[in-house]
Amino acid sequence: MIGGLFIYNHKGEVLISRVYRDDIGRNAVDAFRVNVIHARQQVRSPVTNIARTSFFHVKRSNIWLAAVTKQNVNAAMVFEFLYKMCDVMTAYFGKISEENIKNNFVLIYELLDEILDFGYPQNSETGALKTFITQQGIKGQHQTKEEQSQITSQVTGQIGWRREGIKYRRNELFLDVLESVNLLMSPQGQVLSAHVSGRVVMKSYLSGMPECKFGMNDKIVIDKQGKGAVSDDAGKSDLGGGSSGKQSIAIDDCTFHQCVRLSKFDSERSISFIPPDGEYELMRYRTTKDIILPFRVIPLVREVGRTKLEVKVVIKSNFKPSLLAQKIEVRIPTPLNTSGVQVICMKGKAKYKASENAIVWKIKRMAGMKESQISAEIELLPTNDKKKWARPPISMNFEVPFAPSGLKVRYLKVFESKLNYSDHDVIKWVRYIGRSGIYETRC
Amino acid sequence: MPAVSKGDGMRGLAVFISDIRNCKSKEAEIKRINKELANIRSKFKGDKALDGYSKKKYVCKLLFIFLLGHDIDFGHMEAVNLLSSNKYTEKQIGYLFISVLVNSNSELIRLINNAIKNDLSSRNPTFMCLALHCIANVGSREMAEAFASEIPRILVAGDTMDSVKQSAALCLLRLYKTSPDLVMMGEWTSRVVHLLNDQHMGVVTAAISLITCLSQKNPDEFKTCVSLAVSRLSRIVSSASTDLQDYTYYFVPAPWLSCKLLRLLQCYPPPEDGAVKGRLVECLETILNKAQEPPKSKKVQHSNAKNAILFEAISLIIHYDSEPNLLVRACNQLGQFLQHRETNLRYLALESMCTLASSEFSHEAVKTHIETVINALKTERDVSVRQRAADLLYAMCDRSNAKQIVAEMLSYLETADYSIREEMVLKVAILAEKYAVDYSWYVDTILNLIRIAGDYVSEEVWYRVIQIVINRDDVQGYAAKTVFEALQAPACHENMVKVGGYILGEFGNLIAGDPRSSPLVQFNLLHSKFHLCSVPTRALLLSAYIKFINLFPETKATIQEVLRCDSQIRNSDVELQQRAVEYLKLSSIASTDVLATVLEEMPPFPERESSILAKLKKKKGPGAVSVTELEDNKREGGELNGEGDRGPDPAAMASSNASTPSPSADLLGIRSAAPVGAAPTSVGSLLVDVFSEAGPAAPSAAVNDDGFLRDLEQPTETSDSLLVEGSGDSDSASPSEDPAPPLSEADELLNKFVCKNNGVLFENQLLQIGIKSEYRQNLGRMYLFYGNKTSVQFASFTTTVSCPGELQSQLNASDQTSGTTGRGWSPDPTGTQHRVLTDFSDAPLLNIKFRYGGALQNLTLKLPVTINKFFQPTEMTSHDFFQRWKQLSQPQQEAQKIFKANHSMDTEVLKAKLLGLGTALLDDVDPNSENYVCAGVIQTKGQQVGCLLRLEPNGQAQMYRLTLRCSKDSVSRRLCELLAEQF
Repeated sequence: MIGGLFIYNHKGEVLISRVYRDDIGRNAVDAFRVNVIHARQQVRSPVTNIARTSFFHVKRSNIWLAAVTKQNVNAAMVFEFLYKMCDVMTAYFGKISEENIKNNFVLIYELLDEILDFGYPQNSETGALKTFITQQGIKGQHQTKEEQSQITSQVTGQIGWRREGIKYRRNELFLDVLESVNLLMSPQGQVLSAHVSGRVVMKSYLSGMPECKFGMNDKIVIDKQGKGAVSDDAGKSDLGGGSSGKQSIAIDDCTFHQCVRLSKFDSERSISFIPPDGEYELMRYRTTKDIILPFRVIPLVREVGRTKLEVKVVIKSNFKPSLLAQKIEVRIPTPLNTSGVQVICMKGKAKYKASENAIVWKIKRMAGMKESQISAEIELLPTNDKKKWARPPISMNFEVPFAPSGLKVRYLKVFESKLNYSDHDVIKWVRYIGRSGIYETRC
Repeated sequence: MPAVSKGDGMRGLAVFISDIRNCKSKEAEIKRINKELANIRSKFKGDKALDGYSKKKYVCKLLFIFLLGHDIDFGHMEAVNLLSSNKYTEKQIGYLFISVLVNSNSELIRLINNAIKNDLSSRNPTFMCLALHCIANVGSREMAEAFASEIPRILVAGDTMDSVKQSAALCLLRLYKTSPDLVMMGEWTSRVVHLLNDQHMGVVTAAISLITCLSQKNPDEFKTCVSLAVSRLSRIVSSASTDLQDYTYYFVPAPWLSCKLLRLLQCYPPPEDGAVKGRLVECLETILNKAQEPPKSKKVQHSNAKNAILFEAISLIIHYDSEPNLLVRACNQLGQFLQHRETNLRYLALESMCTLASSEFSHEAVKTHIETVINALKTERDVSVRQRAADLLYAMCDRSNAKQIVAEMLSYLETADYSIREEMVLKVAILAEKYAVDYSWYVDTILNLIRIAGDYVSEEVWYRVIQIVINRDDVQGYAAKTVFEALQAPACHENMVKVGGYILGEFGNLIAGDPRSSPLVQFNLLHSKFHLCSVPTRALLLSAYIKFINLFPETKATIQEVLRCDSQIRNSDVELQQRAVEYLKLSSIASTDVLATVLEEMPPFPERESSILAKLKKKKGPGAVSVTELEDNKREGGELNGEGDRGPDPAAMASSNASTPSPSADLLGIRSAAPVGAAPTSVGSLLVDVFSEAGPAAPSAAVNDDGFLRDLEQPTETSDSLLVEGSGDSDSASPSEDPAPPLSEADELLNKFVCKNNGVLFENQLLQIGIKSEYRQNLGRMYLFYGNKTSVQFASFTTTVSCPGELQSQLNASDQTSGTTGRGWSPDPTGTQHRVLTDFSDAPLLNIKFRYGGALQNLTLKLPVTINKFFQPTEMTSHDFFQRWKQLSQPQQEAQKIFKANHSMDTEVLKAKLLGLGTALLDDVDPNSENYVCAGVIQTKGQQVGCLLRLEPNGQAQMYRLTLRCSKDSVSRRLCELLAEQF
């Protein structure tokens, strides 16, 4: 189990230090600083073993979070906890920065007391935490006994993530499908590897204790329901106004929020749950088959003698012309002995960034089924190094308003038997955002 | 040097460096560096010429980036351009960049060399210094090739500035260290020696480092430096502390120079000139005197400098080993240091004393400090100092103090550091054996040793105890009693059980009379340890049991019972099971007579050198033990094993009577340290593809046996083109044919003829070559008889004698061939005449070409002309011999080899061989009649080389020790190699 938790700034100064077990001494703080933080990038593994003590760390901008233990713990559990901890902190005070941590250190110690007990992770649901750990000073005096006992019963009860008696005038829910698409493509346009990792994030403002049911075009469900069932939910299937005519997708693996009833998913593969109040991540999934690649990059690199390089890159958008991709950025690496660059591009702005050894080409917006190109002349300085340039791949960033995996939300039904609103009264919003992960083409 | 003015500072560089220092993360730093690199690249692109200042600035930045750990692959050209600048700072940065970044195989090296050459020939001293520093910093082979001849010229030129001379000397030293073959000795060497007289102390200091290094390779060339060094030293030593101004360091005049001078003198034997020697002794005395004076300063630097000189002086005194007075004084001085507050001083004192202890003059003086050393062993806090103390105790041990020292070492062993325990155990074992007068003491000591440090007692130690106990019947009873008592301890070490098992098995009967150690008690005692032991020990114990059955028939039933039990007879270990089964059967079947014969007492072991000593040597490495080991040689008097039955060993007498130097003491003397493998093996091997030329010419050649030609080994000398000289016939076979490389057996053939002059040199299916030779002074005549073994006549038969490589300058070989060889035995032999110019090591080559059945045969043989052929025997008396032997006492002059006998060790054969060698065999010279002593003079054209030879056979080990001392070192080495293969 976790023996202690430290938060450092980029210089290795300790901002937060909380020790849960006696086997972790004070010197552990220094050991991590000396061996990991001051080792300047030489330590790349997130798990470090120093003198029979294990350090698990994650880094958020310039802040290091390190969990320490002397025992043989489940590393995945420790990291899951550290990520959760980051989420909780973000939910409380926004960006994790040295400034914010210093300003909120009382709060952080309070949180640490709550979410870790003797090194065992406890309830780390932001919604639940916010009911009793607040930023408005000590609430205890204003709370009635009844309220306090309510909190206790809720936190220790069966549905720890939602309290009772929530009331909204307007019952509303927002569903975001966020995907990031990763690709490695050969210069000839052959896909070497591609996968999509996606998340379904939900923001719910529903009264009472509603029972929800979420449906998507999962291949197994569609196949099982067969023809008869298709007609049944034909009416609801077009919630998102998707772009592709594809019927179903194969999900490789998925994980759910704790509110989802896993037994039901295992037996019927239906996703039903009582949602927490506010924003949370309903599920995470990964697909590898039939991915829609939003962009195609066609590189053309020609070496003219020893001192010149001509690069031409064409990008083609490969989705419905009615949709618009945003924040497009193409990064073309340049050789290490570049001494000058001339760039010509039709669309967007391109610039040679010497500090990153790359030409960065930015386009604000681009519609589907279009193409655009850039050409650059790179002047090289002759070196006495015989090594050939390794030609790193061209990478790309973008954002598109559809799910590259082809995932569709078929329905999200809300049932609340005690209160007098039905599924039809709930206002539902669905949004699809596809982003680039590591999207690279070799040249 | 011109100071860097304020305005010359590079702002851009300063900004860049502060940017880098302010970077918060590695990523930021890399970004900043990438940006800077791109900037520099665009500046270096060559569109517009850069001025010197910006070039310097950018090269500086590149250098800084490189030092941060990034690869720099451009900018070399700009740096080289900076070299040709006239500004000091620009040149300096250029040289800096090149010394740090340019690798030796760069194509720029030619340009760089050019720039350096220009600077060297300029008259500007700072530029010359910069160039010299660059050469020294790079120090590559290419640099050495380009400048090895130039720098000596600068060094000895009269008009060179002092600072340049300093740099040149150090630069040359560096080049000599990296590629010694390229720095040619020449007339400059004598002038370098005279730099010792230079006015400028810095020049002297630099020159002396160079001379010390050079003189180690060529001691003869620099011999003159001794007297110069002595006079310089005496000037420094006698000067007042204020005389030398800049070179006085905390009131000590020129300490570095003094140390270096003393170190240089350690390369040479004591000066022969009485005046020089007197002056040197005076200097050394002054140094010793100064150590007694009260310190002029309390600063640690003062005492450090003073002590540095003192220690060098002491090592020089030890090196000379000829001034008893100085040695004793040095010893007393070191004795004072033994109690000094400074740990380092105590360490150094102990270390120097170790070497002092081996000198016969100071051995007694060292012994007076025994109490202090023992105290040091016990109380020192630093383990390395304790280790030195242990070494010193070992070195100072002799018969008079052996008991005390061994006892102290034993008592220390209980608390000793684990790292030195094993070594201590070996030392105790050796000392106990060597100086034992009383064997019961020896047995006690070793058993104590096993008891105290059983884990560190190696096999050799307890083997040795048993050997000695078995060989000396007067200790057997005592040993049996002692081990019996030792075994009674509840927990004893396995080694103790081994010794106990063995000794009781052999000599248990000697103590069986006592009811307290009756046979059954003995057996039960041994058997109580049985189950705690490892398999080999159990096996040993089983053997002891069967011996018990023989010694004490009354124990038979008990022991048979033990052997019969399942844990023995069905043991899972094959060895134990077999022993149990066989011993059981043996004891039940065989009659007592048979048993008594089979299980007879072990016969005495043959006398041999203690294997413990070899183990200690191996452990400490050759260098560390040589001193003590030599001392062992000197004093090996058979104190334990020999005791008179070894015959009159001169060395033993010498040590027992240390005050009268015996002439033979030096025979095994201090400086016989020249290790066996020290003679450099000059023969490298390289593969030669013979078939590339011989293949097409003689595809079916029967002569060239494929097997041996495939991997021909050839001396490196012959890999140079063979120079053929004085070939008699101008008609030749095919002109394109080169002589074939010498046959692989050529060396063996050569060895056959070291001790004889006539015989068959070579034989194959076609040809037989006979040889007959005569030698007079430096001339030799050799007749070669060629016998055609076939029935066909050989066509175009030619022979050529050539001297490969440097042999040409050493030996004149000319041949007078008369007529061609026809069928059958040739009536007219080829004569070859040799005239020796100087000593040589390789043999001339004889190349034979002829056509047999259309195929060209090409043979190359080595002619058996070896250096020993030119020996003139010299008769001399024992007295003369040892006098000369002593004169040739320089380490280089001696060659020694210890080797195994290849042939029989018959006295007559040996004598014949030694006579065949050409030397005079001197009878009754060596006190040991088994040893052979020879003397002779090698006649060459220019000089005569006197040679003394001593061959010590060791019949038991089938080994020889061959020692040669010649007035020329190369001769002794070569002869030693030659002769070692003969016996």
